[in-house]
Amino acid sequence: MKRVGYFFLYLALIVVALFQILPLIWLFLFSLKSNQEIFAGSPFSLPSEFRWENYQKVWDGGIGTYFFNSVWITIAAIVFTVLFASMAAFALTRMKWKLSGLVLGLFMVGLMIPIHSALIPLYSMFLSVDMIDNPWSIVITYTAYNLPITLMILLGFYYTLPHEVEEAAIIDGCSIHRMFFRIILPMTTPIMATTVVINMIYNWNEFVFVNTFISSEKYKTLTVGIQNFIGQYMTDWGAIGATLIISVLPIIIAFIFFSNKVVEGISSSAVKG
Amino acid sequence: MGLNVMNKVMSNKLYIAFYIAPAFILLMVLIFIPLLLSGYYGLMDWDGIGEKTFIGLDNYIEGIQDKLFWNSALHSFLLALFSALSLIIYLAVSIILASKIKGADLLRKIYLIPMLLSSVAIAQLWVKVYNPSNGILNSFLRTIGVENPPSWLADPSLVLFAIFVPILWQYAGFYILIYYAALKNIPESLIEAARIDGATPFQIAMRIKLPLIKEIVSVTIVLAIVGSLKYFDLIYVMTAGGPNGASEVMASYMYKLAFSSYNFGYGSAIGFLLLIITLIVTLIIRKVTETKEKLEY
Repeated sequence: MKRVGYFFLYLALIVVALFQILPLIWLFLFSLKSNQEIFAGSPFSLPSEFRWENYQKVWDGGIGTYFFNSVWITIAAIVFTVLFASMAAFALTRMKWKLSGLVLGLFMVGLMIPIHSALIPLYSMFLSVDMIDNPWSIVITYTAYNLPITLMILLGFYYTLPHEVEEAAIIDGCSIHRMFFRIILPMTTPIMATTVVINMIYNWNEFVFVNTFISSEKYKTLTVGIQNFIGQYMTDWGAIGATLIISVLPIIIAFIFFSNKVVEGISSSAVKG
Repeated sequence: MGLNVMNKVMSNKLYIAFYIAPAFILLMVLIFIPLLLSGYYGLMDWDGIGEKTFIGLDNYIEGIQDKLFWNSALHSFLLALFSALSLIIYLAVSIILASKIKGADLLRKIYLIPMLLSSVAIAQLWVKVYNPSNGILNSFLRTIGVENPPSWLADPSLVLFAIFVPILWQYAGFYILIYYAALKNIPESLIEAARIDGATPFQIAMRIKLPLIKEIVSVTIVLAIVGSLKYFDLIYVMTAGGPNGASEVMASYMYKLAFSSYNFGYGSAIGFLLLIITLIVTLIIRKVTETKEKLEY
């Protein structure tokens, strides 16, 4: 009896897993097929020949530019976000000042606001300083909007750092900057890694800011770029599949190598609610 | 003496400013000031480029009477309701997953994969899934004998449900992950004690596990509902609010007003209403789901 019960529980879990994974397997399979094969054959059959040329075709078609933009914008925003959030976490948890509670509260509020409410003013602000269609507008926007969540994840760790370390450093005549950059920051490497992974996912996948602030093809990132791209290949399913696989691959690879960090980061980002 | 130096350094105003300023300035300039400006622009007649003309509360009054806006708000709230109800499924899956299942760790990571992908990629993939002639959904329906499967995204009565399925797909792993972590935190001894007292697994789930993770459930209700009110990317890419407004949501309506019709004043007012609605809903859910006393165990 008990065995039968467990069988059904497993069955339920596996059905959910299949629902989660089958659309992606289907996508990967049709990215390697020709239209003829996609439309005539069974959806989950292996391609009769693996048409890697679909990937070659979209890469040569210009998706490489979007890919490169996504990479550098994602990395630049991660560096600024994690650095500024770490400095803020240091100021908020280790330094003594009256307004720290208020400032922390403002960051907390920053977690809940809908970005669409700020979109029009942001657009007109960037327009007035001539930063529309400039990738740096994207970098600083990503940095600002990821600061609250990054700070929240860091704070817990900063609270647990022992004070003795700083005391010893200061008494030894170490400057505060040297202490922060050479001692504190390296001590927070594990939690910084978690925030890096979370920021990477957010930045890589962001759509609306790029779609609104960037109009030149040469600055577009993958999320916006693949939109036009897919329009071009309207009926070429293999090319569309290849485009989508290329756009999600870096995140999937990061997940395979750092799945525990991703799980940790996503769980801690949830408790923001 | 040493501690004195320490205190002096750690309360030095210049140092404090140096460490907090970059993050704080970005927070103010790029998040809070634009939010306030949105309320202010809402008082203007403005096309985004030309002069702003002050028109008082006209945009807000227009917004409150705008059928298209309330139509989009209705869709947002329906998605929020679906999302909140889907938490029950996620909770059930998590309870099974957390009950000493082998491979639970691998399974919850598999569940999480869609959550990592961009909404744009998800939208494009599901446009293909729903493709009337060649998508897997209709291919499947035809093989089991459905003669004329619907064109999911072109049918006004189906489109909202059709959009909800990828949302379910995207977020399942996220909520399961959160519930799973909370359930794993429940001390085994409590469950063991109940089992010895003869409680069935169902009773244990309903009477012990659920009450103990009540707080996290209430957090997820806020996340699911408020998150739904802000949905944009997926819908914008899949249907752009169509057909004929049948899948328009608040954010996509605002976006259209501003960046397709260049109605920046009115768009700002709608954006500000979106902010107010989100904040009110957050407060109401917090109030309703508030746990009176913290459960100790």
